[in-house]
Amino acid sequence: MSESATYVAVVKDECETCHLAVPVLAEIHQAGHPLTICWQDDGAFLGPGLAAATVDDRALERSFHLAVETVPTLIRLEGGAETGRTVGWSREDWRALTAIPTLGAGLPLHRPGCGSRSVEPGVGEALRVRFGETGIRARTVEVAPGADAIEACYDRGWSDGLPVVPPTPERILRMLGGTRRDPHEIIGRVPPELAPCTVEKVAINAVMAGCRPEYMPVVLTALEAALDPGFTLHGVTCSTCFSSPVIIVNGPIAKRIGMNSGLNALGQGNRANATIGRAVNLVVRNVGGGRPGEIDRATLGSPGKYTFCFAEDEGDDGWEPLAASRGIAAGRSAVTVFAGDGIQGVTDQKARAPGELTRSLAMGLQAVGHPKLCEWAAAVLVLSPEHYAIYREAGWDRARITSALHDELLLPGEKVAAGADGVAEGMPPSRAGQRIPKFHPGALLLVRAGGPAGLFSAVLSGWPGGRLFEESHPVTREITE
Amino acid sequence: MTESAVTLHDPTSETAPATRPRRKPPASLHGRTVALFDIGKSRADEFLDCLETRLHARGIATARFAKPTNAKPATNAILDDIAAGADVVVEALAD
Repeated sequence: MSESATYVAVVKDECETCHLAVPVLAEIHQAGHPLTICWQDDGAFLGPGLAAATVDDRALERSFHLAVETVPTLIRLEGGAETGRTVGWSREDWRALTAIPTLGAGLPLHRPGCGSRSVEPGVGEALRVRFGETGIRARTVEVAPGADAIEACYDRGWSDGLPVVPPTPERILRMLGGTRRDPHEIIGRVPPELAPCTVEKVAINAVMAGCRPEYMPVVLTALEAALDPGFTLHGVTCSTCFSSPVIIVNGPIAKRIGMNSGLNALGQGNRANATIGRAVNLVVRNVGGGRPGEIDRATLGSPGKYTFCFAEDEGDDGWEPLAASRGIAAGRSAVTVFAGDGIQGVTDQKARAPGELTRSLAMGLQAVGHPKLCEWAAAVLVLSPEHYAIYREAGWDRARITSALHDELLLPGEKVAAGADGVAEGMPPSRAGQRIPKFHPGALLLVRAGGPAGLFSAVLSGWPGGRLFEESHPVTREITE
Repeated sequence: MTESAVTLHDPTSETAPATRPRRKPPASLHGRTVALFDIGKSRADEFLDCLETRLHARGIATARFAKPTNAKPATNAILDDIAAGADVVVEALAD
């Protein structure tokens, strides 16, 4: 220890180890070492003998600048620079740091410390905003005292129509804590304006959507999938049709962040389902400029333009999850984005055999786009547990069900021809005599979800902009955290 | 009770498109070339064929342009070709 060494201790009253350290701090003080004791909550426990050495740090500014995570912390400074630190109580370490060989002679060898108030949940980000550098590059907007921040977001056109969580710097920093990616990394250019989108901009929109930080890897991957040229987000956003990105999540992350794949999986009530989908759509609106009535030209739109996100039920070992069927290794998490509309229920409470259920579901699928339009749009069939049980008991897997549905949906050209049955819409009459596939190969996806009771499944119609399937199709991406 | 200001961060791209005044339409199409732009919607060709026939009947030159699919935006190359090769554009937008 040099002659110029000074010491800073950080303590709090509610920590038993800090109480244990009081006589030790007194020994250091009495030994003539320059000592400053920063207390975080109430300094009375330090006693009158140390009063002259104490500093009120209830604002936690010193704790923040000293990067204290545990109390007690003892720091040695020489020439203004830190040359040593110990946390909690360790007789050996404190003696080494202070060069007082008899320090704490009557105390136990070791006691762990407690968490510093400066790292309590939510506090760290607030201290960084107040006393440090946030690193956030997005323009700041000041909302006047007394004004409603939610209304300020409405006024600036940042909302999808529902209230948003005001994107304060503290919330943005917490959201960025949900990913290891650099906040300034550009994840892609978001159509229609092809604006570069950083991880930070995604985090801001995720805050507004109501996401928790642990959802960030899903939001980021869903956006990256939607920005794949094969998904054609520009067309999906600007189209007169109904579609928006429908996000289907597979793998362990779905359970870890509490996503719903069961009862009401396609409905309301689950924070992760609701806010992940909303975050993606807010990015399209705010970063990409895809605002309805402007370049979003949807004739009717759909509720999915607020949010449409759910997890697949992977609780049946015999069922190959959607992501696995699309090349993602088992046990990995993934997102599939599908340009989809709303939900069309298919009720069949009488089928008991896989063949008759397939024919029934195919009738529902034939309505996608229009019952007489083929090779037109993609679709997702969400199989409920009770419908799936009929297939499972018969030994039918994903591949067989998909194949059987495609077979049932080879439609007679004369029946779906324009003008047939008094309906002008339809396929070119020149294809009469052919059996025309309703869907392109690969354009019918099967997903399992739903509650245990109900012989209903759901058809999600796809965007017809990809009439040539290679122009617009579902995209699956593994989630990297 | 004292309230303090709330700081928010902008969720948008923070960009603004450059705006410029729209060019006035020509007083007459004679001596001009009309671009007929097919964006890939079904039956756009029928509509543009019909229009082209009528324009030619009036002695007005046309030039046809197309993008391969309505699903994706026009490339800069196509837009540059139109700007270089025509004076006005008719774009067949709908089915």
